[in-house]
Amino acid sequence: MASDFIWILGINMTKFGKHADKDVVDLASQAAMAALADGGVTMADMGVLAAGNLMGGGGIAQQIQKQIGQTGIPAYNVSNACATGATALRVAIMSVKSGECDMGLAVGVEKLSGVGLLGAKERKETTTWAPSGRYGAVAGTDGRIGTDSMPGVFAQVGMEYAHKYGGVDFDTFAKISEKNHAHSTLNPLAAYQKRFTLDEIKNDMMISYPNTRPMCSANCDGAAAAVVVSDAKLKTLSLEQQRRAVKVSASILTSDPWQEACQVLPDVNTLTRRAAEQAYAQAGVGPEDLDLVELHDCFATAELVHYDNLMLCPPGEAGSFFDSGATWRDGKTPVNVSGGLQSKGHPIAATGIANIWEVCHHLRGEAGDRQIEGAKVGLAHVIGLGSACGIHILEKSAI
Amino acid sequence: MSEQIAFVDYLKLGDHPHLVANECTSCGARYFDRRNACASCFATDFKQVDVATEGTVTSFTIVAFAAPGVPTPFVSAIVDCQGTSVRGNLTNVAADPEHVTLGMAVRLTTVAIGTDTEGTEAISFAFEPV
Repeated sequence: MASDFIWILGINMTKFGKHADKDVVDLASQAAMAALADGGVTMADMGVLAAGNLMGGGGIAQQIQKQIGQTGIPAYNVSNACATGATALRVAIMSVKSGECDMGLAVGVEKLSGVGLLGAKERKETTTWAPSGRYGAVAGTDGRIGTDSMPGVFAQVGMEYAHKYGGVDFDTFAKISEKNHAHSTLNPLAAYQKRFTLDEIKNDMMISYPNTRPMCSANCDGAAAAVVVSDAKLKTLSLEQQRRAVKVSASILTSDPWQEACQVLPDVNTLTRRAAEQAYAQAGVGPEDLDLVELHDCFATAELVHYDNLMLCPPGEAGSFFDSGATWRDGKTPVNVSGGLQSKGHPIAATGIANIWEVCHHLRGEAGDRQIEGAKVGLAHVIGLGSACGIHILEKSAI
Repeated sequence: MSEQIAFVDYLKLGDHPHLVANECTSCGARYFDRRNACASCFATDFKQVDVATEGTVTSFTIVAFAAPGVPTPFVSAIVDCQGTSVRGNLTNVAADPEHVTLGMAVRLTTVAIGTDTEGTEAISFAFEPV
């Protein structure tokens, strides 16, 4: 009897970078068609489509259908900030799991090259002070009452950890960035594949202390797509398709529960920890079983706190955990061997599927020069402010 | 004499400038903006309370690169005002990591933002070292 497991049958990500000659639907179509081909299936086999594109005007799912196959299936347009890709995948998984269809396609795409500072809005000249909005603010608060910029918000997330637990300073965060840039030199799909020394990272342009420019996720263009299939349907496919399929042992989405300070600084910790607890329980594995982790290093300061949130280390010990070398590719818990968002890049809606692609690539034994030897279990994590956290635990096929 | 207006409505000007919050009468959760219901316990009754003006810095960043029109550098901080976390800028302190430290004691002060074409001066708040 078939289980109610869901498998990733086909998956693809485009090279991340500047694609001046491709529009957003070109990129999405490229990833989607490649994912279908990777799975040995076509749009005719899909029973659901879920797609996300944060910066676009909406309707990306139908725009993609017009370019790759209008088959009349349910199409969900999905948005959850930086967790959009994982949310799209979750929607496809839920549709298949519910029995409404046996195969689904999830796509995430973004054109972010040259977009500049995220979160912060240009301050325009005001002629008269007029209170507006729920805070009765007479003008923009960014720069006057704290910062709205993403590098600034996430700098504060890392510094909050440093204050609470100690053992963490500017050097720690910069070394995390050094690791990810070093990892990216082995990833031909990364937007940037350049190694930086620690001094180069610390002395680069400061964006929002302690985040210098290389410590910030790289704005670039890219897309990723995945085909999911039910266990019962997979068992009717070829041996090769079954061998390359990757088991989705856990697929979790959480939002941030209320806590006292969450109105002044997003709490990216509680919802990640809860998602991780649920994911480990659903998969029946623990953090010690993970062969690799692709987590949401939107900024070097964010990666550190997620070591703790994902329970890769004991509470409060993210600093010494990093210092032990554990998260380098030759350590006991390789983190972001793809280069992470800092070097591989962060085309927002694509990231949640792209980091799953990386994990699958290793689980299938197809990662070449950067293969984590013998990888059997991996975890992919994204978090979008607002907030939403998506965690997937993936396992190599037993065949 | 020019008019003054608070930059945000949760700042009360006067002889003793201070922040106020909408406190849920059921569970005590505090909010700086108006709320439809309490995000913590779903109750719908709030009362206005004063927020302590002294606190400690529990996090900060020094913003070097901001959106066009926003002068830098500036220090954005989270200040624990005796149990209520407040977001604000730090002022009257050099904007560098030698002078801004986690755990430093600060107090609320007011900051002049500017005068508009009607002659109204906007006053905001920030935190300065004690």
